[in-house]
Amino acid sequence: MANLQIKNIGKSYGKIEVLKGINLEISKGEFIVFVGPSGCGKSTLLRMIAGLEEISDGTLEIDDVEMNDVPPAQRGIAMVFQSYALYPHMSVRDNMAFAMKIAKKSKQEIEETTNKVAKILQLEDYLERLPKELSGGQRQRVAIGRAIVRDPKIFLFDEPLSNLDAALRVATRIEIAQLKKQMPNSTMIYVTHDQVEAMTLADRIVVLANKGISQVGSPLELYDHPRNEFVATFIGSPAMNLFAGTISKTGSKTTIKLDSGNEAIIDVASNKEDLGKKAKLGIRPEDFKLGSEKDHVVKSNIRFVEALGEVTLLHLEPLNDDLCIVVKLSGDFKFENGQEIFLKAKTEKMHLFDDKQLSYYWRK
Amino acid sequence: MAKMAGTRSTLSLVVNISTLLLVIIWVIPTLGLLISSFRDKDQLANTGWWTSLTNAERNFIARSIAPEEQIKQGDLYILSGNIFEPNSGEVLVFGFKSQQPVAFKAGEVAQMKNEQLMSVSINGDYRISSKEPFTGSRGKRIFYRAIDPPKFTLDNYKEVLFARGLGRSFINTVAVTIPSTIIPILVAAFAAYALAWMKFPFRMLLLATIVGLLVVPLQISLIPLLKMYTNLGIGKSYFSIWLAHTGFGLPLAIYLLYNYISGLPREIIESARVDGASDFDIFVKIILPLSFPALASFAIFQFLWVWNDLLVATVFLGNNEQQLVMTGRLRELLGSYGGNWEILTASAFVSIVVPLLVFFSLQKYLVRGLLAGSVKGG
Repeated sequence: MANLQIKNIGKSYGKIEVLKGINLEISKGEFIVFVGPSGCGKSTLLRMIAGLEEISDGTLEIDDVEMNDVPPAQRGIAMVFQSYALYPHMSVRDNMAFAMKIAKKSKQEIEETTNKVAKILQLEDYLERLPKELSGGQRQRVAIGRAIVRDPKIFLFDEPLSNLDAALRVATRIEIAQLKKQMPNSTMIYVTHDQVEAMTLADRIVVLANKGISQVGSPLELYDHPRNEFVATFIGSPAMNLFAGTISKTGSKTTIKLDSGNEAIIDVASNKEDLGKKAKLGIRPEDFKLGSEKDHVVKSNIRFVEALGEVTLLHLEPLNDDLCIVVKLSGDFKFENGQEIFLKAKTEKMHLFDDKQLSYYWRK
Repeated sequence: MAKMAGTRSTLSLVVNISTLLLVIIWVIPTLGLLISSFRDKDQLANTGWWTSLTNAERNFIARSIAPEEQIKQGDLYILSGNIFEPNSGEVLVFGFKSQQPVAFKAGEVAQMKNEQLMSVSINGDYRISSKEPFTGSRGKRIFYRAIDPPKFTLDNYKEVLFARGLGRSFINTVAVTIPSTIIPILVAAFAAYALAWMKFPFRMLLLATIVGLLVVPLQISLIPLLKMYTNLGIGKSYFSIWLAHTGFGLPLAIYLLYNYISGLPREIIESARVDGASDFDIFVKIILPLSFPALASFAIFQFLWVWNDLLVATVFLGNNEQQLVMTGRLRELLGSYGGNWEILTASAFVSIVVPLLVFFSLQKYLVRGLLAGSVKGG
């Protein structure tokens, strides 16, 4: 059953269009993450769901009720902001009780709920403190607590971890994941620009770019089969390497002749009409394997080496454009700068994109 | 680094010295006023306040007992007594003529006309003898110089507050000032919130108009306003002056509070909105408590301005006992008692004591309020 339905939603500020034609269905209990480069409108989309931004176009339905003109408080949502947005003059207890006090709940109910939530979030010892007397992680927990207290159908998180330092970010991320397990029936929508957060937390990731949705799918689906070049380079770090070439053979497997002269066979089907078309071969840095002179797809010289212990990152001279080729080999290797290196990859680990930057895998 | 540290300490030295100078420039006259207002009025007229704690020599005039109380001792008629009565003191020199008030040392015998003799001892005992009986109704004048110990008294305050009507004026001023401070703050806080966070047409135009009103001198509106009040039938009254001060204070109040309130983090307000708070809830439960520094700093401005105002009070209030404010009363006192320092210093201090109290109790908010918005988060 769809918990949240976004139908053809668009947003413009005056003449500037930020989002258009967004369609998305989110079922009850899903953990959805919106990712995308800054300025792609992911926070705007979240704020439209929250009711903090007007919807310029299309409809938003929660539990099959149109919500376009319903004020935020009556949408059954709760929001956690990037800057915590705690009420600085109220104690932790009052912060969490604020919504219930506004809703005129009984004192006993307020007391019980705040205590219960404080226990879940391990905030019992801090209930009488003011936000300024808490650490960043504790503040974010209070903000989450304030959302839980409202018992919403949908939780909205707007980059909740980006104000925290690296160690705390990992810890809080795990707390959020555990929280989701404790509340399997709550839908959560989470905005981030950090793909590690997206990959670890999400049931499904929504990649936003160019005013619309680039791809929706489970984290591994996005990683293994990106729909287009943007998703391919956006998901995964370091980004996927792309090599320009021309389709030289079609069929159930496709062969591409790279501009550098090498050929590669890729495990996707293509039509006869594709023959001779411009295309791009994509290989993730971690999918490269060392090859030989006879058996290689890419040949280049090492520009510099980053030895990280568990992996070795090689930055190679670019073949045809200005972007370095990045190779990630697990283990420790002895390489010298300037050394020539031969690389290959498994056919199923290679990606092929057409001249419209779309993946051959997803074509019909 | 060492050089940088050097410049910094020089700079802070300059800052500290300037601060010290400013403090001295401000404190010394205030202290002088305070001390003077407690001094005896005769001492105040003769010596400066900085000598108030030391003994001073001063010339006095005393009169002997009247001739009808004279005693006949042998063939001499005597007038005797003590010039300090009922107190005590120490005579340094004395004389019997106003031209020569200090001609004789205490203990000497002065030869007066008609073979009369006058002697004044150090403890103030005097004796005037004559072969003829003394005539007339008043005693002889005795000029002397004596040590005058410092005297402090509340009489000056008693006089200005109760005899000169300053007490009543104080109450009138309070009656003008408090509503004239609270009403504009309340109105301005609502307006500032609406202008900052509520969406309605012509919002920016309205704000620009209000900012524009900041530069309109209030003098140009005094007469039209008074005419309007008279036509409306409120005329010269407390209500009319509250209204006038509210109007004159509002542009600055709205501008200051708008700047502060619009600088509050958007997320806090959105968060409250998601929590179900109405605009009124947000205003009362979130905005007002968070804006306290700005409210307090404007309260100080408005309070001081209204408290010290003479112009608006002269136009919108009458000159009678029930309506004359303290500035008006001070002006009157200055006219009638320009030479009476004890009255002027005491009344001046009565008029500055409340602003001083208000300033010192709210000054931390004044500083914070002035910095409002310059540093985010805070």
